[in-house]
Amino acid sequence: MSAASLLAADSMWELFSRAVSLRDYNTRVVLAGTTMLGVSGGLVGTFLILRKRALAADVVSHAALPGIALAFLLAERFSPGSGRSTGVLLLGAFVSGLLGMAMTLAIRSWTRIKDDAALAIVLGLFFGVGTALFTVVQKTKTGNAAGLRDFVFGKTASLVAADVWLIGGISVVVIVLCSGVFKELSLLCFDEEFAAARGYRTTLLDGLLTLMAVTVTLIGLQSVGLLLVVALLLIPPTAARFWTNDLKIMSGLAAAIGGASCAGGVVLSAAFPRLAAGAVIVLTGSGLFLVSLVFGKERGLFPRWRSQRQFEQRIGRSDLLRACYELLEPILGANETTQESLTKFEIDELELSGMRQWPAGRFHGLVSTAVREGLLVSMSTDGYQLTSRGAEEARDAVRHHRLWEIYLLTQTDLDPRLVDRGADGIEHVLDPDQLAELERRLDNESPHGVPPSPHPLAITAETP
Amino acid sequence: MNSFLSPLHSWTLLDSWIVVIGALSAMACALPGCFLLLRKQSLMGDAISHTSLLGVVAAFFVSHWLVEAKVISPATELSVRHVTMCVGAIVVGVMSAWLTESLQKLGNVESSAALGVVFTSLFALGLLLIRAFADNVHIDLDCVLYGEIVTAPLETVGNSGVPRAVIVNGVVLAINLLLTVLLFKELRLSAFDPALATTLGIPAQVMHYGLMGLTAMTLVAAFESVGSILVIAMLIIPPATAYLLTDRLPRMIVLSLLIAVLSAALGHVSALTLPLLISRSIGIADVRDASSAGMMAAAAGFLFVMAMLLGPKYGLVVRVWHRLLLKLRIAGEDVLGRLYRFEESAPADLSATSERVALLRKITSQSRVSRLATWMLIRRGWLIGSGSGVHLTDIGREAARTLVRSHRLWESFLAKHFVLGEGRFHESAEQVEHFLDPELLAELDHDLDRPGVDPHGRAIPN
Repeated sequence: MSAASLLAADSMWELFSRAVSLRDYNTRVVLAGTTMLGVSGGLVGTFLILRKRALAADVVSHAALPGIALAFLLAERFSPGSGRSTGVLLLGAFVSGLLGMAMTLAIRSWTRIKDDAALAIVLGLFFGVGTALFTVVQKTKTGNAAGLRDFVFGKTASLVAADVWLIGGISVVVIVLCSGVFKELSLLCFDEEFAAARGYRTTLLDGLLTLMAVTVTLIGLQSVGLLLVVALLLIPPTAARFWTNDLKIMSGLAAAIGGASCAGGVVLSAAFPRLAAGAVIVLTGSGLFLVSLVFGKERGLFPRWRSQRQFEQRIGRSDLLRACYELLEPILGANETTQESLTKFEIDELELSGMRQWPAGRFHGLVSTAVREGLLVSMSTDGYQLTSRGAEEARDAVRHHRLWEIYLLTQTDLDPRLVDRGADGIEHVLDPDQLAELERRLDNESPHGVPPSPHPLAITAETP
Repeated sequence: MNSFLSPLHSWTLLDSWIVVIGALSAMACALPGCFLLLRKQSLMGDAISHTSLLGVVAAFFVSHWLVEAKVISPATELSVRHVTMCVGAIVVGVMSAWLTESLQKLGNVESSAALGVVFTSLFALGLLLIRAFADNVHIDLDCVLYGEIVTAPLETVGNSGVPRAVIVNGVVLAINLLLTVLLFKELRLSAFDPALATTLGIPAQVMHYGLMGLTAMTLVAAFESVGSILVIAMLIIPPATAYLLTDRLPRMIVLSLLIAVLSAALGHVSALTLPLLISRSIGIADVRDASSAGMMAAAAGFLFVMAMLLGPKYGLVVRVWHRLLLKLRIAGEDVLGRLYRFEESAPADLSATSERVALLRKITSQSRVSRLATWMLIRRGWLIGSGSGVHLTDIGREAARTLVRSHRLWESFLAKHFVLGEGRFHESAEQVEHFLDPELLAELDHDLDRPGVDPHGRAIPN
């Protein structure tokens, strides 16, 4: 390795460690301010998502472009040199962002054009005007680029401390405001009419939410860039939704995810200055989103797949045990199927597999699971015996099945041939209260006993 | 005025080519846009225009890699890149549509949120790749975003003098036109009634992803020459404008093509003229021209706003005008009715001047609309208004009689068929009297066996 490349690697490492250990004052300020921005984005975004208005933020950010350019032109006209001030540019962005929002509302309520098209129209129009004005700005003497380009693509790491104080300060105000009206906003999102009936001023609240969303979008422009700033409001709450059904937890989680992705993005882009800061922030958020999508406790793919699988296994187990019982019932006689006697007889594997149309693989899987769980005991020949726990569960499964069959037969006009099928689906989801109710209605004389089957037993098809 | 138009005096062949390129790409975008609009997927086109960046970047990598590996010569790299770019954009476009849909289904994510997550993530990935490997590939981000419509005409094909962008966009437009014509029935049905389309054997999935792929291809072809701004705008704005002007799909498609061309021409002309005007009025140094692509998008937006205001059927102005006319008609008819009832109640003393003056004052002081309506009735010769009060002319009395007849017949009808308080008859009749046509009146008359008096005991005039 040559000395030059060693040196390069060394300075690279130096840069990285400086960024991660937050040795620079500027990095610390940027980190704090941008994290606040992420937190406020996640918080406000939660309500925006619930009101299905997430993409409105995208329109606001695009609509801000002409305002920024015009604010620059006007400021330069009246006091040359002031055009680069963040405050002036943000003010312009705010005015035209609100104008864009108002235009979507006007299109939506005065024409027959739908919501999504109204958003697309305003976005295209304002962005077009904005670009045209930008070329004008770039052709003025003072304006070549003038840092306005950073509004499009973002420049997090190289933000100056003064700008970050502004961003962070506004974010904190938004966070405080949002927490202050948390209860009112949640009511607005879930039941607008009820909120109105309770005497909340829903229009005012809605306006406040919109205003907060516009504010967060605009102060995010410099960090993330207008093309991607919508992600600040969109990705964290969508990710948080996978973990919980509770709005309070969801908004807290969204704020945390927003803060984490912003912080991660800042550190990464400080360490690797070549990476586009805005894109890194968004991709950090996307990474957290993917994790939530897969592992989220409430709606995540993996937990849902697992509970689905557990349910299927439970069904398979009780089907297997019921088959064992029904195989032994003719041998023992209907009144002798006590828990004890059920464990005494061996069940032939072939006969058992013939009780139900199981696919071969599934049958073997079920049997070996049942053996592992101590419900069946494998005997020397191709046979099994129920354990006492297995016998108990088998009696329960059959009881559930038959109670529901009898209920269907006595209480409905269902064809007796269909009763078995009908019970097959329901027996697995009956809870103890429902069973007690069934027994009460059917005047069952032997509670906890297994009633005889109301129809001749035959092979049943595997339930899908 | 002369100075405002002065930039146009130096209009060259280059300017014409710019307009042609803009018009061709705008038309190519408007075709799939029409169906996106009707399928309520306008934002999908928007999203694809962002995510295609990833496809474009991938195409750059592939073509660069091919040159490095000496599979192709650097001379052919450009043409290979165009093909890979097209394929890459289609793949990424269809992929983003598919990802959005699976996120919606698998993750129970609301559709707009799913769209937002997918497009921001993929776009961020594209941006990151560009920045990270900027040394290897020479993509100018500004070029992708803003386009190079001004320099596009300079790159010509062979010696023909025809810019390459014209040919690329022309071919895409031709493909889109052909597909629209060939699959018109299927596209229309699946846009308006997806359920019926499915039962008729039109594969919904194929139509959906086909449209997405087509959109992505159109976008990426237009990207290079006009940039993504124009593309985003032209995809939805011309179709939406056409949608405000007509109810027929074929007419809407043709109109949207015309509007696309008009926006391109108007946009370039205003890009040349407006900046001068603005910069002079703001008072900064002269700016020669603005981004043509941006101005074309702005022009399309301007046409949309015009259609929104002035459209013949759904325009705001027309709707307000119709409402005003209706209001005036009702107010005028109410004046007639009052006069008729006044004459009816005082038949013996038709010359009670003081009462007539009082009545005129009462009517005209009621509201501005009824004053205007009275004035219009006098102009039309249905009323004679003078210092000595107000009189019905013979034609006016005829119209008034019909109105009062409608009113009383409706009251009788309500009394016969509904159990309502007496006051309610009058309220309802006050509203309905203005909307009963002669046929309905005859029906009512027949139903009530030609009644002589209304429920209040007043005569129903014939």
